[in-house]
Amino acid sequence: MHELGIVFYIIKDVKKAAEEHGVGHVSAVVMDIGEVSTVVPDYLQDCWRWAADKEELLSGCELRINVIPAVTLCEDCRQEYRTVLHGKTCPHCGSGKTCLLRGNEVEIREIEVPGNI
Amino acid sequence: MDEVKIIEIKKSVFADNDADAEALRADLKARGVYLLNLMSSPGSGKTTTLIQTLLRLEGRLRVAVMEADIDSDVDAVKIREATGVPSIQLHTGGMCHLDAEMTRQGLDNVALQDVDLVVLENVGNLVCPAEFDTGAVRNAMILSVPEGEDKPLKYPLMFSVCDLVLINKMDVLPYFDFDLEKCREYIRMRNPRAKVLPICARTGEGVDAFADWLVEEVYNWKHA
Ligand SMILES: Nc1nc2c(ncn2[C@@H]2O[C@H](COP(=O)(O)OP(=O)(O)O)[C@@H](O)[C@H]2O)c(=O)[nH]1
Ligand SMILES: [Mg+2]
Ligand SMILES: [Zn+2]
Repeated sequence: MHELGIVFYIIKDVKKAAEEHGVGHVSAVVMDIGEVSTVVPDYLQDCWRWAADKEELLSGCELRINVIPAVTLCEDCRQEYRTVLHGKTCPHCGSGKTCLLRGNEVEIREIEVPGNI
Repeated sequence: MDEVKIIEIKKSVFADNDADAEALRADLKARGVYLLNLMSSPGSGKTTTLIQTLLRLEGRLRVAVMEADIDSDVDAVKIREATGVPSIQLHTGGMCHLDAEMTRQGLDNVALQDVDLVVLENVGNLVCPAEFDTGAVRNAMILSVPEGEDKPLKYPLMFSVCDLVLINKMDVLPYFDFDLEKCREYIRMRNPRAKVLPICARTGEGVDAFADWLVEEVYNWKHA
């Protein structure tokens, strides 16, 4: 249960941001989660609901998840490909000298707060 | 209509922990204490390996152990009774990993002025501990033969953050189709810098090399 620990980090960061901006309630948190980040969005949602509703600042707050597709670059032929389809081996030239360009993110992109306050 | 205001954050969830971990490493460096983060699946042999290793470090390094793998103190007691090395139990409250803050709180209960090396036996799990930098100087992991040589392919992050991989339970190699050379190759794919040491914690075979590695690491940390 890896996701619960991550939820606690999200809550900590959101609380800090809310304080800095003098915000009393947050209505949505938007996350960028990479396809190969090892975070399972469904579990994250379950943990979020459980933990967020315990916080006054976040009661009923929605968690929105953007899944970022994972892309790998081949260092030999310099072409890019979808990591989840081909893994570490380049489908264009068969090389194993490849590196992940994106898809590992676990990032808070933004929060939404009521605007008429 | 309710209006919504958007506040941009753009921040990795791990950023705060990474900063805490860097600060902890700097503190440990200033105090001349080396922290090793030892990870593996449950049952790979962390506690058994530690006991064998601690016996070989007697008189060479002053060591303390922090146990986080399970919430009961059986491993901590086992280590203390088998080796006389001070070991304390951390309570993770069922968390799947330790972060730098929890590690620092644990270290508050260790007499750091009397030790050169603290070994953290992390929670048995190949996913979560890899993502949270504990503030350790080095990460090591144990992969045991019955788990199979393909683990570096299945848990790439764990292998990419480890400086040392111990392959344990070499005594049962004849009973499994574990391919050691393939395993080395898979580890190299994930992390070309990782050192690989085959050991048998049950008999102590190969453990001398791990003990020597620790002595050299601690020396370099204190004197570099
Ligand atoms: N055959 C064999 N069994 C081992 C070896 N090392 C550990 N074990 C056994 O594996 C089980 C789990 O070991 P333990 O050290 O408690 O693993 P931990 O959960 O990672 O701390 C115990 O029954 C050990 O006796 C080994 O080298 N060979
Ligand atoms: Mg143990
Ligand atoms: Zn290619």
